[in-house]
Amino acid sequence: MKAAVIVFPGSNCDRDVAVALEQSLGHAPRMIWHGEATLPDLDLIVVPGGFSYGDYLRSGAMAAHSPVMGEVVARAKAGVPVLGICNGFQILTETGLLPGVLMRNASLKFVCRDVHLRVESSQSMFTNAYEESGVVRIPVAHMDGNYFADEDTLDGLEDAGRIAFRYCAPDGASSPDANPNGSARDIAGIFNRERTVLGLMPHPERLSDDALGGHDGRALFDGLVAALS
Amino acid sequence: MKARVHITLKSGVLDPQGKAIAQALGNLGFGDVHGVRQGKYIELELADTDREAAAERVESMCQKLLANTVIENYRIDLDD
Repeated sequence: MKAAVIVFPGSNCDRDVAVALEQSLGHAPRMIWHGEATLPDLDLIVVPGGFSYGDYLRSGAMAAHSPVMGEVVARAKAGVPVLGICNGFQILTETGLLPGVLMRNASLKFVCRDVHLRVESSQSMFTNAYEESGVVRIPVAHMDGNYFADEDTLDGLEDAGRIAFRYCAPDGASSPDANPNGSARDIAGIFNRERTVLGLMPHPERLSDDALGGHDGRALFDGLVAALS
Repeated sequence: MKARVHITLKSGVLDPQGKAIAQALGNLGFGDVHGVRQGKYIELELADTDREAAAERVESMCQKLLANTVIENYRIDLDD
């Protein structure tokens, strides 16, 4: 299985996600600089977290128009799986691969802490190693994670089972206190229509080894490798 | 030619920064402010001298990059 991590100026989770991928994959992914206009043959593309282009204009807006993203969008449309984490999720919404937008946190504060997520669907290559409706603990670290889309889009996402993860209390219950950023309908991550693209604000790579304090994030990478190998 | 682009949040989109500004103004004694919506202002220096062509170009820039039309409206003013 051939995986790649895209690296932008200002990415800062590219190495973390490469380590998590290597742990599940058995070999290191390719690291691809944003200026590349062509991509090698790939089975998985990861758009990592960070502050690409300093978050100028809007988070993810500049990166969405970088040379490499044109190719990433083309591959995604051809069915190559794409995972966007945090800034990667913001970039994927800016490219139009995923609907909606990640706005400034409702608290106006940068939020960096572990949150609980309910797995809304285990029927995807990204979530197949999780239990349906199970609760996992994964950290968030963002300023702009407040998911917004119009009501019709939100209804459409729910009806099509395209919500991957929702913020929840440790027991799995929905609660305003458990939502760290004001996201509509507690949305933490969504799929594209074909479930070959996932964008999520939490960082599974940051809890994918017990040395980091937990391993709930590892199942996402293990599941991907199992599905794509 | 200069283009001035005003980017504002669509009505119905929550603006927590605007709310915080309104609150701060209230704390400063400007209690008569009932609402604040904040946005962006971008100035573009254009090589174009044809007004219609420039308007079309800037419209395209707004659609492609300057505004996120999921949440934002934009207004373009052209100066000769």
